[in-house]
Amino acid sequence: MSAEPELGVQRVTMPKWGLSMTEGRVVEWLVGEGTGVRRGTSLVEIETEKSVGVVEAVQEGVLRRIVAPAGARVPVGGTIAVLADPDVPEEIVEQVVADAQVQLAAGDVEETGGPQLAVADVEGRTITATLSGAGPETVVLVHGFGGDKNNWAFVQDALSNTYRCLAIDLPGHGSSDKDVGDGSLEHLASVFSGWLEQMENGPVHLVGHSLGGAVAVAVARSRPDQVRSVTLVAPAGLGSPPDVEYLRGFAEATARRELNPLLSRLFADKRFVTRQMTEDLLRYKRIDGVSQALRQLLQTLLDGDRQALDLIGTLGELAVPVVLVWGAEDRVLPAPDVSGLPPRVSAHVVPGVGHMVPIEQPAQVVDAVREAVAAASRRPDPYQAS
Amino acid sequence: MARKISYRQAINEALVQEMERDENVIVLGEDNAGGEGAPGERDAWGGVLGVTKGLYERFPGRVLDTPISESAFVGAAIGAATAGKRPVVELMFIDFMGVCFDQIYNQAAKFRYMFGGNAITPVVIRTMYGAGLRAAAQHSQALYSVFTHIPGLKVVLPATPYDAKGLLIQAIRDNDPVIFCEHKALYDTVGDVPVESYAIPFGEASIVRSGGDVSIVALGRMVAVASEAATELAGAGVDAEVIDLRTTSPMDTDTVLESVEKTGRLVVVDEAPPRCNIATDVAALVASQGFEHLQAPVQMVTAPHTPVPFSAALEDLYIPDPSRVVAAVKLAMEKGS
Repeated sequence: MSAEPELGVQRVTMPKWGLSMTEGRVVEWLVGEGTGVRRGTSLVEIETEKSVGVVEAVQEGVLRRIVAPAGARVPVGGTIAVLADPDVPEEIVEQVVADAQVQLAAGDVEETGGPQLAVADVEGRTITATLSGAGPETVVLVHGFGGDKNNWAFVQDALSNTYRCLAIDLPGHGSSDKDVGDGSLEHLASVFSGWLEQMENGPVHLVGHSLGGAVAVAVARSRPDQVRSVTLVAPAGLGSPPDVEYLRGFAEATARRELNPLLSRLFADKRFVTRQMTEDLLRYKRIDGVSQALRQLLQTLLDGDRQALDLIGTLGELAVPVVLVWGAEDRVLPAPDVSGLPPRVSAHVVPGVGHMVPIEQPAQVVDAVREAVAAASRRPDPYQAS
Repeated sequence: MARKISYRQAINEALVQEMERDENVIVLGEDNAGGEGAPGERDAWGGVLGVTKGLYERFPGRVLDTPISESAFVGAAIGAATAGKRPVVELMFIDFMGVCFDQIYNQAAKFRYMFGGNAITPVVIRTMYGAGLRAAAQHSQALYSVFTHIPGLKVVLPATPYDAKGLLIQAIRDNDPVIFCEHKALYDTVGDVPVESYAIPFGEASIVRSGGDVSIVALGRMVAVASEAATELAGAGVDAEVIDLRTTSPMDTDTVLESVEKTGRLVVVDEAPPRCNIATDVAALVASQGFEHLQAPVQMVTAPHTPVPFSAALEDLYIPDPSRVVAAVKLAMEKGS
């Protein structure tokens, strides 16, 4: 979305969820013309070739005009609606709408604000990430086992409105080098810290999903100077009985028919498993070295039928704010009894959501990150204060 | 990390990466070294359409330029495969396969079986097929059905640059003889291909587009034709599923049957003439194993039972096009509903 505060008019544009997205289809408007909205109000459902997501309002205003009705296909960056303060004259809104229609008709739409690919060399390994947004605070997103930076597409898009935001491909994943060393959590944390040193000067807010949650905790423990807060989304290492069949099956699956039923376990709503999601994962899994990397990481995750990682103690020792989000319907790493966690952890269990909270309910993750950032700014930064 | 390269470059990259990974991989074929060493000529021609360009200098002694004697050099490649090499031999046009057929179907295809599983023949025969280049009846055929017929051979027909690279890498690593069929008209098509090395397992069809109204099964160049038809049909309210078989031997029968179970209607698009081709094979599969799911007769879109014409106007009519696929789908939708 692009803001034009001087006019009190804001164009709602087709987001860019992930590097490969070029256009989206408007599924349904969730608010009608003339409705007042607040920052964070869900405006519209957008379908891409990979999935369906929701665009939220970035600021307060009235939805003055819908430019792209349900069913319309719009290129990334194209204006799909106009938000404005109630006192903005109708002519100004009309002018913005008319300009937008001319642009769309001419196909003259510029992609703005989408994520950029950032490639780094960490001790001879290629580590890739997407970078978007700007702001005084930096948020770094760390995906889970078998995932990649694109898992965060919705979350990253929303966070980029207020923060500088990076989503990494961990070793063995996405476009990063497939070498995972000994596959240990310490190794992943050390590569991550090396990468972060290259990308950022100051401490950041870490957000980790699943295995990435364990990596975030490990980094916060080993390099407290790099971390201002930790947001954990269905993290490994907090005692949940894991779905061993899923984890081993995912590591071994090579065919679509093996992978598809496994993927549906990740979500409360199976419609999130699209043809393109399965295809993208198969393409990842076919790359030389990936199977080996996943098997290696599995040894870090599993001890027989239980989780090999136990980070509950570490969590209690961290000096930074910790916010936890978990889907109540998570079958891969079911939410543990959160009352057993250190009391300083702010925990949210979200009903009707499975393991892939960043895809099923990105707004919950975004809210959790904002809570963590706010909590971090309330407490003195020990590395700045002295 | 993926970037856009052509089908031709994807095949070349697969060869480079496998030759770097395994020194037993060698390349043989006509005109591989054409031009190399001639005055003012540093680089070899790289085969008739330049697919192996750059390999001759990069892998000294491992790219063999052969005389125009298919029976000799295909036989040599098969022999080398039995002796521990992993040869990739280029047999310019699939139409010329006849002169070395004994080596292929009565020797290479039989070794593993006749030696009780103790012999392997990891040879890849790369070859060009298909009409559309005004190359007339002896250089334009779609003869993959002939090889699909023979037990002991694997038959591969990549439809995209991504599949071309991943299927060729799999073909080179496979321990059986593989007939790798490249459509001439696809060489300049471009698509996302990972920089990394990857192998696509044989016998897994690709669901190019998912849909609930009708299953369109296609292969090779016909996948793009079927996809174009599906896009047009979507505008007319018909939601077609497009399946790319990728390999005809082994064939992914499960994906075809599951799709027809869902849609109840089947259209098969095949560039080969209509008798004993892949379309009839898929139609027979569904008729015998999925009959209860069919709501209408199977429609087949194929070339006619004639040689490929040299007349440009006739050749254009010979090749199945999207409008014929759309017409077949409409027929499948009308009947039985």
